[in-house]
Amino acid sequence: MRRLTWFNTTSLTLGFAFLYLPMIILVIYSFNASKLVTVWAGFSTRWYGELLQNQAFLDAAWVTLQVAVVSSTIATVLGTMAAYVLVRAGRFWGRTLFSGMIYAPLVMPEVITGLSLLLLFIGIGLDRGVLTIILAHTTFSMCFVSVVVSSRLISFDRSLEEAALDLGCSPFSAFRLVTLPIIAPAVISGWLLAFTLSLDDLVIASFTAGPSATTLPIKIWSSIRLGVSPEINALSTILIAIVTIGVISASLVSKRQLMRQEADEKAAVRAEA
Amino acid sequence: MPETKFEPWKDPNEKPLIQFKNVSKRFGTFTAIDNQSFDIYAKEFFALLGPSGCGKTTMMRMLAGFEAPTEGTILLSGRDIAPIPPNKREVNMMFQSYALFPHLSVWENIAFGLKRDKLPADKIAARVDEMLKLTRLERFASRKPHQISGGQRQRVALARSLAKGPKLLLLDEPLGALDAKLRQDTQFELMDIQEKTGTTFVIVTHDQEEAMTVASRVAVMDEGRIVQIATPDEIYEAPNSAYVADFIGDVTLFSGTATNRTPGAKTPVMESPAVETTPEEAETPETETVETPEAVAEIGVPAEPEAPVAPETTTPAEPKTEAAPAKPAHGPQPNALGLWLHDKVWAKVFGPRTDIVRQLPPPSDAERKPKPADPETVSTETTEIPEGGITIDWAEGQPPLIALDGPEVEDGQHVQLALRPEKIGISKTKPDAVNALKGKVIDIAYLGNLSTYHVELENGTMIKAQLANTRRISRRDITWEDEVWVSWTGTAGVVLTS
Repeated sequence: MRRLTWFNTTSLTLGFAFLYLPMIILVIYSFNASKLVTVWAGFSTRWYGELLQNQAFLDAAWVTLQVAVVSSTIATVLGTMAAYVLVRAGRFWGRTLFSGMIYAPLVMPEVITGLSLLLLFIGIGLDRGVLTIILAHTTFSMCFVSVVVSSRLISFDRSLEEAALDLGCSPFSAFRLVTLPIIAPAVISGWLLAFTLSLDDLVIASFTAGPSATTLPIKIWSSIRLGVSPEINALSTILIAIVTIGVISASLVSKRQLMRQEADEKAAVRAEA
Repeated sequence: MPETKFEPWKDPNEKPLIQFKNVSKRFGTFTAIDNQSFDIYAKEFFALLGPSGCGKTTMMRMLAGFEAPTEGTILLSGRDIAPIPPNKREVNMMFQSYALFPHLSVWENIAFGLKRDKLPADKIAARVDEMLKLTRLERFASRKPHQISGGQRQRVALARSLAKGPKLLLLDEPLGALDAKLRQDTQFELMDIQEKTGTTFVIVTHDQEEAMTVASRVAVMDEGRIVQIATPDEIYEAPNSAYVADFIGDVTLFSGTATNRTPGAKTPVMESPAVETTPEEAETPETETVETPEAVAEIGVPAEPEAPVAPETTTPAEPKTEAAPAKPAHGPQPNALGLWLHDKVWAKVFGPRTDIVRQLPPPSDAERKPKPADPETVSTETTEIPEGGITIDWAEGQPPLIALDGPEVEDGQHVQLALRPEKIGISKTKPDAVNALKGKVIDIAYLGNLSTYHVELENGTMIKAQLANTRRISRRDITWEDEVWVSWTGTAGVVLTS
């Protein structure tokens, strides 16, 4: 491997600074003792304690979590079904149109998605609240799930399903016992993607949320307008910690799995010889 | 192998297990199967053989239930199977890719089909253990498919498809993914398992050697039609068309116009002292019992009476062992240098080449005759040519060929004479034979037990002749550029009219 030159070192430092410096500043100021965000007055965990007392934030966090879990679960079920049909059903009339329509919401401006959903909910007389946010999030995150799952299904050996049918499975149990376990990693990562999207969505949620339900991003956004409070810094730090732990543990798990698989394969090769 | 011949297709009282009745299959405008009718009997090992795209896989998928015939019916034990979905058929399939479930262990893979039948746990366990034992996989029961070798995976796939005890087992190119040596071993293992379980096997393959080795009957397919269904030896010795003759083994084809030699005398000639090549008689149970390739060679070749070995060995010719490519084979083949290197060097380490031995012909009529003690005294051929048969004018300036048996033809009809290389003798002096042509040796492929000589006739036609290497290399006298005579008896060739 080539040594790092001063040029490479500098660009690496600048790049990472650009990415992470704002977050580092945010984390540091979350431990600020002063109420003024930009004036450092010593280390303190005061704002974390106050955050736990702030009922509005806790409510919003609870709503966000509910919306994310429910909408990403529904989106995963629907998205997987859509992907399965589009990949497996062969050539039927309008297939290209349908698969194009699955991808369209990915590039659709969120404002338009949000606005159209708002008009729909008003039109059918649905009161805006947790339910409408869940519906809205399901709608747009389902497309992401379907993209992830269908890319896995394309490389899936169809004879595995035929073998299951051949051995006495009904088409549904072949899907349940063979297809689903094999594509499970793609389904899970689709769920995680949907979950994350729902967690940080502001635009669509602000169109579809009502006074009865506010998600965390909306809450943060609206409190910023009244001035940045150190409480928000603390909240953001917690979110960063959660995401970091999640990402690191996920990569550790998959790396361990890969290593175990490689070790197994080596053992098999040795047994043959 | 039982002593009595296994030939249910000859018994009119035998009920076929599978009947194809005028079955056609079309994909859009493409006809994959074109109005085919044939029967497969219980306990048969039936091979569908053909080049890729000939419809053999479609045929198999219709049996498994993954495709439905466009026209016609398929009967299994007398019942139409069209309305039965694949999961309800008493038919199991072994997939070309094996299609092992990667998330299940070997044990669970084999148990998969049994669990779907809702059998009690102890019965499932007993059956799985039985299958593991049959395929010698006991040690690997808890491994996942990615932790075992290709050969072991192949056996898991076989065990899984056999576990439910199907009436019919379909094998889609089952040995395609294995290397040559393993493939050969596995062929015999497959035959062994087929015998032990008594299951009817239908195998799809493009490898003629594989089909000939394992099958009780072979169906040669071409463009959606079955060209010939017969036992391996019949297919080899009495192909019904130039396509079959050319697809199976090596052959030299002469095209020409036929003339009946003595019009009116159409009785088959029996006086010929040498041989009769009627397929029924050529059929021998050894085709299937042969355990080693060496055994094939022994019964197949040395006693070939119409291969007169030149009696006098003059100069101990310098043995050139540089071998020419053995035959137009499928897949990448070593070049001459590679073959030479293997025979000279690697053979000591890895053993002789495995790719050539399987090209040996199946037992021919010759084995029914006592072996001559000394190959040098073989020349019992008479110059007297028996009556009957036909002559074939095939080239300007070349003597017409004489074929003493074969189908009835009209004078002037276009026919082809198919000659297997091992039926053609080669000698330096003009032999006493019904057919003898002069030519020059262009190439010699030394295969150890046999040598194939590529002889160019004066008009440029290439003829392949095969000679058993019954003598040591130093005593053989025919070499490159030699003027030689190729000869064969009146009954050695097969006359093809289609």
